[in-house]
Amino acid sequence: MSAAGPSQGANSAPAEGSAAAKPQAWGDHASAAAPSLAARMLPNAVRALVLALLAFAIFGPLLNLVLWAFAEKWYFPNKLPLEYGFTFWQRVFSPRGNALGSLGTSIWIAVLTVALSLVVAVPAGYALGRLKLPWRGLILLAFLLPQAVPNLPVYVNIAQVFYRIGLAGTITGVVLVHASHGLVLAVWIASAAFASVDLSLEEAARNMGASAWTCFRTVTLPLAAPGLMASAIFVFLESVDEFTGTYFVGVPDVTTLPLLMFNASMGGNYQIASITALLLLVPSIGFMLVVERFLKADVLAMVGR
Amino acid sequence: MAAIAEDVLVEARPGGQSRWAALALVAPALLVLAHFAKALDLYGNDLAFTVEIVALSTLLIALIAIAIAGYLTLGEHPRAVALLRWLYRWPLFIPFVVAGQIMRTFLAKNGMLNHVLIGTGLIEPISAQSMLDWRGIVIAFVWKQAPFVTLLLAGAMASLERQHIEAARNLGAPRLRVLVDIVLPQVRGTLLVGLVLSFVTMLSVLSVPLMINPNSPTMITVDVAYRINTFADYAVANALCLLSLLLAAFGAAFYLRHAVRRVEAP
Repeated sequence: MSAAGPSQGANSAPAEGSAAAKPQAWGDHASAAAPSLAARMLPNAVRALVLALLAFAIFGPLLNLVLWAFAEKWYFPNKLPLEYGFTFWQRVFSPRGNALGSLGTSIWIAVLTVALSLVVAVPAGYALGRLKLPWRGLILLAFLLPQAVPNLPVYVNIAQVFYRIGLAGTITGVVLVHASHGLVLAVWIASAAFASVDLSLEEAARNMGASAWTCFRTVTLPLAAPGLMASAIFVFLESVDEFTGTYFVGVPDVTTLPLLMFNASMGGNYQIASITALLLLVPSIGFMLVVERFLKADVLAMVGR
Repeated sequence: MAAIAEDVLVEARPGGQSRWAALALVAPALLVLAHFAKALDLYGNDLAFTVEIVALSTLLIALIAIAIAGYLTLGEHPRAVALLRWLYRWPLFIPFVVAGQIMRTFLAKNGMLNHVLIGTGLIEPISAQSMLDWRGIVIAFVWKQAPFVTLLLAGAMASLERQHIEAARNLGAPRLRVLVDIVLPQVRGTLLVGLVLSFVTMLSVLSVPLMINPNSPTMITVDVAYRINTFADYAVANALCLLSLLLAAFGAAFYLRHAVRRVEAP
């Protein structure tokens, strides 16, 4: 439904844009500078409508989720829940509710995954983003390739192998699976972050007598830190949100929050599923709000290069 | 081919007959083909269903990402641009499994979408229908994945040289022309990377089709999970996996060509 929306806005706005709103140095605009009130109102109305539709498309589903999380009773054909309350919240957070345990498992797995990924990604990202490596292209391709391969087949077969060597259903197994995916992301962003550090700053430090290690520690690393932070957060989020790999490798002993949510939803318990989904939304939306502080346009432009 | 493979297997199983003994050597190869035949036979429809859904989603994502990123770059109403920039990213990091749950309630027959459509008089209560079929999967995919491509695309557009755009605008080119003729050609690579990554990601999402549309026809990922969880049938599951890898290879070919060009010309 939003497919037509924004493009309409882009189409309709030019009529108003250059002629009416912005004073121009070009002479021929002067004659068209005073369109009627109606002609100025129409693009505004269209723009407002398009933005409102987009807002509904984005927030409508989220609002629906919040309603379900607080609904005590809600059945067809009522438009809104009949009663609101916290009964289901108590059930989720009660000792028998498994939610806190799953949350703990999810965070512990994510922390281990971030540590494992960064240990590899920082040196690898520096080497790929900065140094003149032989076969750099080939190495980069090898790291990019997993992004171009669907991960379901990989997880299915990893699960089979892990089952044979006793890693299935263990935290270690799940961390390895999450890192196999997170590593790609981490190396990718880390190399973009290192590549976007201005080379002349490093050269200045080296010219003033800093050793390669001092230069890396005091110039390159601090400048690349926001990008590295972004890659750490990305890996953390990917791990917390990961479903498919845990679904195959984690069974039956490792239950992360997404698996708990999925089981509740498939069991028809929409309240429990919605509350768990809200818990999962907190880190996701939190990071969305601050992403541009870590991932500046210049780093984004280097991603995939 | 399928029929031949099945015949051979059926004939070979009793063993004993000497004229089939030589087949023991080629049997493994035929067995592999038999798994593929079975996979195609059972899930051929689902394969087509998967391709259609992922292709349609990718197309819609491209259109939405271009429209939003284009307006963010070329829009001249500062408040609308700021609002859009704040608005579009909300689903960016929402996991697929949560998007599946959200859409499962939002698009249901008694979900909020239908209530709003009825409330605004756009549809009659009698014609309210559940969208939890292929449409639900496409909507969930686009809802979740379009902000990602938009973010990449808007980042690439923001780092373009403004002079060309300003020059064209000053010469009187409408913004749509500027977007199509000047901005898009320069960010084609980023758009392609974002779309291929989305294409491949959507191809291997299990949770969304499982939660929105688990019954046939459904997506390949659901079939793979079913073969493994119900029959522990890794053979057919892997045949299906290989088929979806082939689909991804189609997308990856674009991606790698672009990546190689970048790598060779730093």
